Amino acid sequence: MRQSNVYVIAFSAILTVILGGLLAFSAIGLKPMQDKQVALDTQKKILGAVMELKETDDIPAIYSQRIESLVVNAKGEQVDEVDGAPVVAEDIDVGKQFKTPAEERLFPVFKYQTEGSNQIDAYILPVYGNGLWDNIWGYVALENDLKTVKGIVFDHAGETPGLGARITSVDVQERFRGKKIYDEIGELVAVRMVKGETGDPSIYGSHEVDGLSGATITANGVNDMLANYLGYYKPYLEKVSGQAMSGIDNKHQPSDV
Amino acid sequence: MSTQTEVLDKPVVKSEPSEAAFSKRRKKLITDPLNDDNPITVQVLGICSALAVTTQLSPTLIMAVSVVFVIVFANLIISLLRNLIPNRVRIIVQLAVIATLVTLVDQVLKAYFFDAWKELTVFVGLIITNCIVMGRLEAFALGNKPYDSILDGLGSGLGYAWIILAVAFFRELFGSASVFGVKVFELAGIENFPTNGLMVSPVGAFIILGLIIWVQRTKTGYVER
Repeated sequence: MRQSNVYVIAFSAILTVILGGLLAFSAIGLKPMQDKQVALDTQKKILGAVMELKETDDIPAIYSQRIESLVVNAKGEQVDEVDGAPVVAEDIDVGKQFKTPAEERLFPVFKYQTEGSNQIDAYILPVYGNGLWDNIWGYVALENDLKTVKGIVFDHAGETPGLGARITSVDVQERFRGKKIYDEIGELVAVRMVKGETGDPSIYGSHEVDGLSGATITANGVNDMLANYLGYYKPYLEKVSGQAMSGIDNKHQPSDV
Repeated sequence: MSTQTEVLDKPVVKSEPSEAAFSKRRKKLITDPLNDDNPITVQVLGICSALAVTTQLSPTLIMAVSVVFVIVFANLIISLLRNLIPNRVRIIVQLAVIATLVTLVDQVLKAYFFDAWKELTVFVGLIITNCIVMGRLEAFALGNKPYDSILDGLGSGLGYAWIILAVAFFRELFGSASVFGVKVFELAGIENFPTNGLMVSPVGAFIILGLIIWVQRTKTGYVER
């Protein structure tokens, strides 16, 4: 009886239904919590580019107080809706956008405001690119002069631990702080990691940082990622700084952009 | 009957209903895999995850708890179903049960331990292929009562857990100069403790695992034949 084909098929079918049902049930039950965690993680990353977060910080509260977000396209124009649906910067999956042609991508911008006022302290821009083994991504925070790096965070999917994965370490990310993304004649040059690692930050100019010994390909990935994405954001950045320079000063309201 | 000393990889003789909850035989179910019949160091199973996840203690702890959970419940479920499972499809039934449990663990981790989940999700998925789990189902749960199977799963799970935690302890201590993320050497007043890059890579796990096996076999006198 236990070996008959009918029994085997019936047993398998019932087992499949029970196990499948269990999984579906748990997936739906845990979904709200998981979405919350994903959103929290994004907020942590965005804020991490401009400030140090402590374990005890109420991240959603800080985020909603300090961050104002919008979405722009490759021409630097603000995008409010796509196909009739409103666009929310936090919901944009930069990794998914990365697979589409650059002209069609949407670029979220997160504006970090000083405490208690609408003055913009920093512009936080997501970046995305290819590392050695898998994708790398991060957030670049620019000072409100739109030329100086205020802070940077990187993350990765599968870089080599101890080598390329060091892009997630604080001391590597610190190297970018204070670097300029425009050169003297106003050309966008981004910031490059050099080949090799000296451990001496004083020998590098304002567009270069110490490299990653043993992880040149990851470092090149970081360079390309920064150059590409700062390039994509360039129209937007120049539009904002153009407005700032033409006398409106950079206290402009977010809706002006 | 309760003095069974053979390796437990065979169906055990049926136990009387009056057997104590922690009789000698049942204690052995738990204690054997901790040392004499350890799944990692003696049976050499589950090495892959022992090498991969053990860079730091806290993700290792989560991995250990997940594996214990999966082994215990898979053992229990298979043991409950042991008289219903058709012999010809038993492996796929075992796999389905394990995969379901592992997916559950993965989903729960994602919902409540997001940071650890990001780091571990790949390896949690690989619990499905962890030979320890399937080995226990095939060798024990299919032929034993539910309660014994739970104990057996607990034993094997803990045997796996303490080894990977020991490996992770040394790797984190020498590789990152910390224990559970606490910089112990700085607390002890030793600044600039030279961290060992080898410990961060899987090679370090191999070396430590080798040392553990060496020490253990010296003490137990176990020889592979």
